[in-house]
Amino acid sequence: MSALLEVKSVTKKFGGLTANKDISFTVQEKEILSVIGPNGAGKSTLFKMISSFLRTTSGEVLFKGERISNLAPHIVARRGVVRTFQETTIFKSMTVRENVVIAHHLRSKTNLLGFYVGSRRAHTDETEFRRSADEILEFLNLSEISGELASTLPQGHLRALGIAIGLATDPKILLLDEPFAGMNHDETMRTVELVSGVRDRGVTVLLVEHDMPAVMKISDRIVVLNFGEKIAEGTPQQIQQNEQVIEAYLGSEDDSIGL
Amino acid sequence: MIFFIGVFVLVPWLIEMSGRWDYYYTLTSVALLSIASAGVWLTFYIGRINIGQGAYALAGGYLSAVLVTQYEVSFWLTIPLAGLFCAVLSMLIGLPILRLKGVYFAMITLVLTEVAKLTALALPITNGAKGIVSIPLPGELSVFGMTIIPDFSTLENVKLAFYYLAVTLMVICFAGMYRLVNSRMGHLCRSLQQNEELASSIGVNITTLRITAYAISSFLGGVGGSIFVAISQSIYPTSFQVADSINFMLNVFVGGLGYVFGPMLGTVVIYFGWDLLFQTGKFQLLIYSSILILLMLTVPNGLLSLRLFKWNKEKK
Ligand SMILES: Nc1ncnc2c1ncn2[C@@H]1O[C@H](COP(=O)(O)OP(=O)(O)O)[C@@H](O)[C@H]1O
Ligand SMILES: [Mg+2]
Repeated sequence: MSALLEVKSVTKKFGGLTANKDISFTVQEKEILSVIGPNGAGKSTLFKMISSFLRTTSGEVLFKGERISNLAPHIVARRGVVRTFQETTIFKSMTVRENVVIAHHLRSKTNLLGFYVGSRRAHTDETEFRRSADEILEFLNLSEISGELASTLPQGHLRALGIAIGLATDPKILLLDEPFAGMNHDETMRTVELVSGVRDRGVTVLLVEHDMPAVMKISDRIVVLNFGEKIAEGTPQQIQQNEQVIEAYLGSEDDSIGL
Repeated sequence: MIFFIGVFVLVPWLIEMSGRWDYYYTLTSVALLSIASAGVWLTFYIGRINIGQGAYALAGGYLSAVLVTQYEVSFWLTIPLAGLFCAVLSMLIGLPILRLKGVYFAMITLVLTEVAKLTALALPITNGAKGIVSIPLPGELSVFGMTIIPDFSTLENVKLAFYYLAVTLMVICFAGMYRLVNSRMGHLCRSLQQNEELASSIGVNITTLRITAYAISSFLGGVGGSIFVAISQSIYPTSFQVADSINFMLNVFVGGLGYVFGPMLGTVVIYFGWDLLFQTGKFQLLIYSSILILLMLTVPNGLLSLRLFKWNKEKK
């Protein structure tokens, strides 16, 4: 079986700093693959290159056998590789529902002129987008707050909204950058369920995360980065027993990676 | 509806009654300025501070003047041509500069007006500092032999004719803008304003969208400029200056960035505010500036936000 996504010898240099060094791995369809590593290991940089927000210094990323690195972000998104952000994930001065409706843009078959003159196709599109948005909000338990301004949401809801925006684009692969950051244990566990649910909808998930218990619970496979290099790859069990990984996490104290 | 009756029937009637014919000119100017300001507003809507609308008003004005005087093109045709010319021009200029944000974009657009003036001074076709004068009044507009608009030089009341022309265009312009803002393009512009990265990650081609919005903006600048020239029957490199560009921006600020009719209200307020302060003589500029600063501090979202705010309260 050929992989859905192939990262091939990708390197990124920022001036003298090598943020990613010769990284290769593959992602299979419908799996949840997590990229973990200490702060500054180069995880976000890797995600930005996969989604073409950053150019690679060398190497390439293939999606279904076609190169998607070093294109424009919107083109990669149109192919089905969609990224959510670690920092800001939402349109602040829109309501929750507006955020998700607008994120359906990619699915639209009608051009902007069609929307302007209000063609029949545009109408069916809009109706369909609203219906689908409500369905996604329902799925992520956001229905009740769908009318609230996005900027007023608490952390947990923000992350969920970020995922909702991602889902609205109908992605083949969703790249989630630290979806559990800033969440308490309960919120994390609920979001873990959501991400599993996303995979069950047929979406492949690639995620960057710090929260080790969550990662161990959710992932099919894990890739470990340290100082920009891949130091291990395998199932959660394999990673937990990997000496190099344990060492990379602060003086190899077991509890620091939640083992 | 009330608005339509107001501008098309009531205002002319009031002016006839009072005999203050100069008000036609004032209101015509306000209508035209608000069209150009609507363009500036759209650039704000995608998150760019545009202080360069004067450049496009000047370019559109010159295009119309040159075509009418040297190529005997009908004035009516030059209105859309001036708009298109500015739109194309702005695409070329916008491609590199729209990547910039905030104060950097603002500064470059500010310089544009100056560049436009210098270009008009330098080119042979624009006749340098002497400008283009004695431009004939708009001729007849007829389609398939049917006269839609009569030759302006045969009219008794040219001022009224220009007033109708400007107000009609203003209504069309704002109706079009209203539609745009409430269509998907408007939503996408808002997404661009709020978070360009996220917009591109949901598949929005942000470069194209930015350029489209800027081109529409400049189109309106060019249209406004071309009609101004027809009214004054002349154009000089100084017809639109940096101060005008800044005024376009102020109109938008004062009216309200979030409201599509903001530029219209802003233009009215600023234009008449300035005139009213004329009595204060040498303190005019001082008082004017102070009021503006005060306005920006107290109603940062523009005058229209006040009305909506009250309205919301009543609803609750
Ligand atoms: N745009 C940039 N310019 C220069 N250095 C950067 C840039 N982005 C990230 N870096 C550096 O690259 C390294 C990896 O960063 P990042 O990918 O954000 O790490 P992580 O997400 O794993 O915490 C860090 O040392 C960071 O300072
Ligand atoms: Mg990061």
